[in-house]
Amino acid sequence: MAGFEWGGMAIQILSGLLIFAGAGFFVIGAFGFLRMPDLFTRIHAASLADTTGMALVLLGLALLAGPSFAAAKLICLVLFLLFMGPAATHALAAAALASGLKPLHETGEKPGAKHKGSGAAKTRKGRR
Amino acid sequence: MIAIYAALVAVLVAIMMLIARALAGPTIFDRLLAVNTIGNAAILIVALYGFVGGRPDFIDLGLTYALLNYVGTFAVLKFFRAGALGAATEENS
Repeated sequence: MAGFEWGGMAIQILSGLLIFAGAGFFVIGAFGFLRMPDLFTRIHAASLADTTGMALVLLGLALLAGPSFAAAKLICLVLFLLFMGPAATHALAAAALASGLKPLHETGEKPGAKHKGSGAAKTRKGRR
Repeated sequence: MIAIYAALVAVLVAIMMLIARALAGPTIFDRLLAVNTIGNAAILIVALYGFVGGRPDFIDLGLTYALLNYVGTFAVLKFFRAGALGAATEENS
């Protein structure tokens, strides 16, 4: 396997930044899972974590691995994840809709509202 | 490589949050979404740990697990659609 110190300090710093940014996006996406009020908004958080988080970390690793088979496999993994994410979440949202789960804006409910919202026509007073 | 260790810790923290969502998720689909993303986090951990331990063949593990996770998500979805079809009308089998 080619030595990890391919290209010396510059490549290491660049790949370190990429990995750090990717891990940051992943944590933000995971935090979005807890904060989002509804399944369909959580899918936004999932797509953030899946695409940018994974892609940046794996590309940083591919950069670190230098021109070798490992880097080629990592890039294939990134491409596959970019195709896989939307397809899986699309199927999930379709199955959720088919099983009768209503998105929040259709039920007229304000996120975190204790009482059942009377309808979408109600003007939104100050949001929390 | 300090960044790889930091990324490993960050992914572990993210997994904690995802597990919290998987446990608390009201509907089945929240749990499935959380498990899907936990699987992706596992791929990250395998790839990062492979680099730290000097084992480039861990990336094949990540690739295989990405495929497995993808198929598993669809399998569970198909099971739940078939299960849930009892209530919903049979318009898109």
